Amino acid sequence: MNDIVLATKGLTKRFGALTASENITLDLRAGEIHAIIGPNGAGKSTLIAQVCGSLKPDSGTVHFLGRDVTQKTTRSRVQAGLARSFQISALSMEDSVLQNALLGALGASRNPWRFFKPALEDPTLVEQAEHALERVGLSGHATQRTSELSHGQRRQLEVAIALTLYPKAFIMDEPMAGLGSEGSVQMTDFLDTLRKEAPILLVEHDMDAVFALADRISVLVYGKVIATGTVEEIRTNPHVRDAYLGEEA
Amino acid sequence: MTFVLLAEQILNGVQFGIMLFLMAAGLTLIFGVMGLINLAHGSLYMIGAFAAAAVAGMTGSFIMALLAALIASAAAGALVELLVIRRLYNKDHLDQVLATFALILIFSEGTRWVFGSFPLFLDIPASLSGPMTLPGGIQYPLYRLVLIGAGLSVALGLGLMITKTRIGIQIRAGKNDREMIAALGINISGLYTLIFSLGAALAGLAGALVGAIQSVQVGMGEPVLILAFVVIVIGGIGSIKGALIGALLVGLTDTLGGIFLPELLKFVTDPSTATSIGSSLSSMAIYILMGAILIWRPTGLFGTKL
Amino acid sequence: MIREHQLNKIILSIFLIIPLWAFVTDEPFTITLMTRATVFALAAVGLNIALGLGGLVSLGHAVFFGIGGYSMGILACHAQTYTPLMEWPMLVSGSKSMPLIWINAVIMSALAALLIGILSLRTSGVYFIMITLAFGQMFFFFSISWSAYGGEDGLSIYIRNEFPGLNTLVPIQYYALCLALLCTVLWINSRLINSPFGLALNAARQVPERVETVGLNPMRLKLAAFIISGAVTGLAGALFADLNRFVSPTMFSWQTSGEIMVFVIIGGVGRLFGPVVGALMFVALEHWLGGLSDFWHIYLGILLLGIVLFGRGGLIGMICGEARQHE
Repeated sequence: MNDIVLATKGLTKRFGALTASENITLDLRAGEIHAIIGPNGAGKSTLIAQVCGSLKPDSGTVHFLGRDVTQKTTRSRVQAGLARSFQISALSMEDSVLQNALLGALGASRNPWRFFKPALEDPTLVEQAEHALERVGLSGHATQRTSELSHGQRRQLEVAIALTLYPKAFIMDEPMAGLGSEGSVQMTDFLDTLRKEAPILLVEHDMDAVFALADRISVLVYGKVIATGTVEEIRTNPHVRDAYLGEEA
Repeated sequence: MTFVLLAEQILNGVQFGIMLFLMAAGLTLIFGVMGLINLAHGSLYMIGAFAAAAVAGMTGSFIMALLAALIASAAAGALVELLVIRRLYNKDHLDQVLATFALILIFSEGTRWVFGSFPLFLDIPASLSGPMTLPGGIQYPLYRLVLIGAGLSVALGLGLMITKTRIGIQIRAGKNDREMIAALGINISGLYTLIFSLGAALAGLAGALVGAIQSVQVGMGEPVLILAFVVIVIGGIGSIKGALIGALLVGLTDTLGGIFLPELLKFVTDPSTATSIGSSLSSMAIYILMGAILIWRPTGLFGTKL
Repeated sequence: MIREHQLNKIILSIFLIIPLWAFVTDEPFTITLMTRATVFALAAVGLNIALGLGGLVSLGHAVFFGIGGYSMGILACHAQTYTPLMEWPMLVSGSKSMPLIWINAVIMSALAALLIGILSLRTSGVYFIMITLAFGQMFFFFSISWSAYGGEDGLSIYIRNEFPGLNTLVPIQYYALCLALLCTVLWINSRLINSPFGLALNAARQVPERVETVGLNPMRLKLAAFIISGAVTGLAGALFADLNRFVSPTMFSWQTSGEIMVFVIIGGVGRLFGPVVGALMFVALEHWLGGLSDFWHIYLGILLLGIVLFGRGGLIGMICGEARQHE
């Protein structure tokens, strides 16, 4: 099982009486897209937060590239190669789109201690940032102020920032939200090619995209993984139909 | 260093701490409920002291003076809340700092304009002056004991008010969730004005009580305000209990540090150096205490979150 | 509407024309006022790095202003009494040389900013404000109780310190020196804003969690900003003490911290020239209103309230209208 990139074992997190994550064990393998689906309030965000390190689990472990990172900070997980896009965009709204992407490139360089030469005149950083913007289809918006972007474009920028890091795994929290049908198709195509670079743990509400993309799907309900399997297995799983898919049908 | 001297200094520290508590309790309530940092709280302290001194000068009655202090500071608090402060709740801390700094300028210069630059004096009432003999043969000024008693009763009263009364329930609800009290149909702006003038009255009371043992002058409030901030940083924002314990810690550290540090240093260096270094160090003692608590518990002893 | 960079040029020309005119018409007091404005501007430019770029609401910048002031006072007083500053572990004597004093002021205030920053940055928001204010008070009381250097009375220096090639006692020459320093720092600041560090710091102010998820440490970025900020304000403190040939605990007082913050805010937080306009406005008001009434602080207070309640973005924001921008 050398191809496991990211694995959680028995992750449990309680907030008072509420169990947000209960004994969650799942993994992400090289080359795959592993989608996490579940109704609102199922604990997807809490799970992501524990995987990325912004929240410490009460018990259980997170392994990344074979190393136990449960007690490691977000920062050191990122430096080890774990990139994340946020569900609610975390972007510097006052700055240009390019500057946001530059921040990612700067993070990848690990050296923000350059006080004098303008960041926009650093060819390595700019190239890296522009390349990432081009890949998500935001090239034309590089000089625009980020606050002027549509919701969908902000999603794309989130993904672009993750790309600048050349990570070993992506955690993407609803990258399709607000994209519109054409945008989602483009993003779906893009994520489809991206999985070859690094596997993606994908939290997504857009079921068409999930069914089109996912190699495996885990269904999270009330903090518990009730099923993990291929698209077909999940579609036909009676528990899943009851607990989740049934509601939408 | 005798036992009597030590006991006296401890009582001084407690008395100082209790007065700081009166300031800190108002500040921490206002911050906890309204999310407002109020630099002008020291001005309300000053207003209390000036009102007390003025009324005592006119009537000769200490009780009247205290009443005047309460009324003047509560009224000033309500007025300021209605005119300025309520426009600041939704602004960021930077705006709150600047606006309340502006209020300090207005209050301080306004007071100087009315009362002049010279300090006023407020006399301890005859019935409370003179020492009292405590168990163990400790002679201690009766007035300071009354201060400790008055402060502790206010602390107790505040505690009861918050845990037992309707207002207290509303305050606690407001701390947790501003939308909830709106949903409960409580008049928020009325509640906010009430809490602000309550905090102001506490500050004014402290100003009047302390005014009788120090001089009453423009600018007397701000050093106390900053110490009250230290108290809140130590105790944790929003916690009345934290404010009380933080205030006692600061009061005792400040008083005892000034006595003991020079004495301790005499063991390692000559007396005159010890006195000068010791007094410099003791002036920093409470801030060192604050630094230590920050390292240990960044949100204060009883603070929950930032 | 004027664009911000055009306005900046107008502001700079005010700083050139008024003193030159005062020099020609022989009004040394006006030059001294402009020097005061220049030095205050420099102090505020320092705070603006922490406040505008780093989002750190420091109410304790008087610490650095005071340390700068005492750097000058202590070095110069040892030089004028020919007593060594320390004999152990090595002999250090005082100095009347401005460049040496400046370097000392910058290093000492940077060190203080490092210590205060490490402690205060463990918290944020309103705690940060209260803690920086408290540390300011700590230095204030320390300077009062430090009798070796004048205690409450402060230290007087008989002759202004020396700068190679200049007669610093001639007002216009000292003014030119201060203005040159201000311009240099403004230029460095403009580079800093657009540098990789500035970019990361700017993001750390707005979205610290994002900075964290690209693998950078927002706290360290803010600490660095706080140190740079303190060092610049410290330099201004040394200039201020030399302007007055006097340093006292007042430089450490909370009012000083508040005033430095006022300069930044009336001019415009985060704007390169905001602190410069703010300081100029303050000195002008101090002079005119102070001449009209002994209680001019009342009017200043009302003006400040007006700016907070009704005017966003300070004077530069009101004139230029556009939101602040980092190009």
